[in-house]
Amino acid sequence: MIGNIVKKEFKELFVLSTILPIAVIAIVYGSAGNMIGNVGETIKEKPVIGIVDMDDGSFSAIAMSVLTENAKVAYNGIDAEEGLQEVRKEHGVALLAIPGNFSQNIYASHPGEIEIYWIMKGAGMMDSISSGAVEGLIQAVNQEISKTLIQQGSSSDPALVLAPTTRIDTTFFKGKEIEGLSPSTLSSMLVSQSIVIPIVVMMLIIMAGASVISSMGLEKENKTLETLLTLPVRRSHIVIGKMVGSALVGLIMAAIYMLGFSRYMTSFRVSDINLADFGLALGMPDYLLVGISLFVALLAGLSLCIVLGTFAKNYRSAQALVFPITALALIPTFIIMLKDFDTIPAVLRILVFAIPFSHPMMAMRALMLDNYPLVIGGIAYTAVFTVIMVGVAVRIFNSDRLLTGSVRKRLGLGKLLWGFRR
Amino acid sequence: MKAVEVRELVKDYGSFRAIKGISFEVNEGEIFGLIGPNGAGKTTALRTIATLLQITSGSIAVFGYELPKEAGEVRKIISYLPEEAGAYKNLTGREYLNFIAKFFGEGEKFRNMVRKGLEIANLGERIDDRVDTYSKGMTRRLLVGRALMVNPKLAILDEPTTGLDVVNAREVRRIINSAAEAGVAVLLSSHNMLEVELLCQRIALINDGKIIASGTGEELKKEYDTINIEEAFVKAIK
Repeated sequence: MIGNIVKKEFKELFVLSTILPIAVIAIVYGSAGNMIGNVGETIKEKPVIGIVDMDDGSFSAIAMSVLTENAKVAYNGIDAEEGLQEVRKEHGVALLAIPGNFSQNIYASHPGEIEIYWIMKGAGMMDSISSGAVEGLIQAVNQEISKTLIQQGSSSDPALVLAPTTRIDTTFFKGKEIEGLSPSTLSSMLVSQSIVIPIVVMMLIIMAGASVISSMGLEKENKTLETLLTLPVRRSHIVIGKMVGSALVGLIMAAIYMLGFSRYMTSFRVSDINLADFGLALGMPDYLLVGISLFVALLAGLSLCIVLGTFAKNYRSAQALVFPITALALIPTFIIMLKDFDTIPAVLRILVFAIPFSHPMMAMRALMLDNYPLVIGGIAYTAVFTVIMVGVAVRIFNSDRLLTGSVRKRLGLGKLLWGFRR
Repeated sequence: MKAVEVRELVKDYGSFRAIKGISFEVNEGEIFGLIGPNGAGKTTALRTIATLLQITSGSIAVFGYELPKEAGEVRKIISYLPEEAGAYKNLTGREYLNFIAKFFGEGEKFRNMVRKGLEIANLGERIDDRVDTYSKGMTRRLLVGRALMVNPKLAILDEPTTGLDVVNAREVRRIINSAAEAGVAVLLSSHNMLEVELLCQRIALINDGKIIASGTGEELKKEYDTINIEEAFVKAIK
């Protein structure tokens, strides 16, 4: 008896429409997994660096010994410019320059300076892994010098013995020369500054998307759809009306959520570094672009949800259709948080660009780094995506599909655009 | 002008042909009944005329407007009551009538429509209760009120009294008759043949997607030599 019920339930639930979204999402996460795998290899690899030693003293010799043993040295010379070029050519992480008075300063009870010229590739959390390895090398240099000072019975200030070097960071990132910040500090600042937008977008899309899909399911379940479709109102107005209504509901729900979330985020604030001091602030036109990007992404999400909603047979099946939207919103949120758009593999880059929700998530960081083509291109792509999706939705509303559950003809682009006029 | 002109209408669902070339006309102020068993094609015919389904072949004109080209114009002058229609459950009866009336007019016109809808629905104080608290009969009366308050030139009613008790069914029939007397063309479907005989001036018998006979009730009874339409239908399909 139980077997009979299990068989019936399985048959009812294990259908193509439930399996397909899961399969697609599994493939997408698989690709993301490959990316994480590559990061694991990066951790194991020795970082590529360049060294400029102008000191040639005993302490710089210790530093050189630690560095050459634990890193791949792409340049070892006395010309910083040439060194930087070499490191860049070898896709290295940093050029470490030891100035002429390094050993002398330490002997004179002053910390020895190490100038670090960082070559930063991306601002995601995982992009700073290589620079983290170099930070470890600096720490190792410090320890070795401390050990030597203690062995020599130095009478220096204990604070100097424990921290015999100081560093001067200069980071080169996307054409900008940022003095005084290391990639890890910069990356964590950029991530914390731009983390709110991805979370807002994700919540907006999930909340508003669920509303619009549920609305379609309810229209069918309550048998109100047929009446709605025979009223003297354009199909495009029905589609847009549903989108705007759901957007408002989504906005209110997301605002309530964000009130709590922003409070949660402020409790993690540890640094008072002002990015504006490093030329990384946004102006009013930038915020306007972020707003436009957010708005078109919301419309794109809702238009996609309307199309998905046409597959809903009732409220219950509508709930299941929210899953692909949630997954699509989560994918760029996590990828962008972990890696910069420019540093992810090409396949993932195409995927992230193709998901319209990614663009407002990337916009803030991109605008801080003056990457206007990415933001404006993203807005244009998302707008086109929205127009196509609204066209598809209007076309479905004009077809038998909503009532009979089947599409008689393939949807050509011409016919699709013609659908707007009806 | 004819209220409805259907010529050689064919409707396919994929490889299944639901309607196989039917033709009929409905006059202004006339109640025309499509009768037949379940699955005969009645609802498909009504949905196609109501602009919900695409035409496979043939033609449909409603007060001279051709489908699907002039679907927008057709929607302005028709009112469709589906067999299993519902209303928005979170709205009250009054709010639902207001919502529908806003698509058809503003100001005085809008107020008159809502007044008429309230009158037809005749739900008393319950009109201000949420729809999800209504019985099936009350919901149906609200929907009939919704369908007829907008002063349509053509009312398309699919099984208008289905699921209603005798009293409610009688009331709905009275409302339909009054609408027709006021000049509204009514196209209705039913598998209750006695009801159709009571209501309709002309009837088309539909079976397996084809119209097998049509005429006034008297003509059909005479043609098949029976005392009621039900028997005439049984003879017609043999």
